[in-house]
Amino acid sequence: MSDGLMQLLDPDAIVLGSDASTNEEIIRILAGRLEKLGYVKSTYADAVVRRENTIPTGLPLERADNVAVPHTDPEHVLKPGIAMGTLKQPVTFANMEDPDEKLPVGFVFLLAINDKDKQIEALQSVMATIQNPEALDGLRTARTLDDVRAVLG
Amino acid sequence: MSRQKTILFACGTGVATSTAVNVAVTEAMKKRGLTFNAQQAKATEVPGLADSVDFIVATTPISASVTKPVIKGLAFLTGIGKDKVLDEIEAQLRK
Repeated sequence: MSDGLMQLLDPDAIVLGSDASTNEEIIRILAGRLEKLGYVKSTYADAVVRRENTIPTGLPLERADNVAVPHTDPEHVLKPGIAMGTLKQPVTFANMEDPDEKLPVGFVFLLAINDKDKQIEALQSVMATIQNPEALDGLRTARTLDDVRAVLG
Repeated sequence: MSRQKTILFACGTGVATSTAVNVAVTEAMKKRGLTFNAQQAKATEVPGLADSVDFIVATTPISASVTKPVIKGLAFLTGIGKDKVLDEIEAQLRK
């Protein structure tokens, strides 16, 4: 299941134990990595931040540290990739299904998706990770890339 | 058996979470012996497309102007309450 995730999750786009204190800050840190690595255009970060304010991506998992999956329209994406950030202290994202509800988020998967038919496997593996409490617990304490690989296979 | 129904899967961009939900629902319904036509769209496009589908499964809020049934699809992303939502979808497909 997690093969697909490591395929699209660029090791240089993984930020562990970030000090970011707002959702915009962690989105911009991760989007900066994706831009530097050639996955997205310079317009991507602003587009994701704007979209997060109107169509949020927080997923309520009934945990103290929930997950968000910020992303935006394919026109800002050059090639498919995923960045991941874990937060030292949860930051607030709004609930995808109910934007009035605020959620503490400890894990951010920033998605650069431009072809849904080819990226189904990666999306499924992101969702499988989100739905696996042990995997999230492992990611929370991960401090090195090897720790992440041990969790995601 | 009645004609094949069409489900419209909607999310913010029409490419990311609606894809994950579409795949999850397709696989789960196959196990229940049910098939359907699937479409995907942005949430903002749903009012214009709703007339041509039977019901909608959405991960984001959908305009109240849409009169077709809207089923919340967030359970397929979080894993919480998935079986209940699958039962709702099955009931709509068997109508």
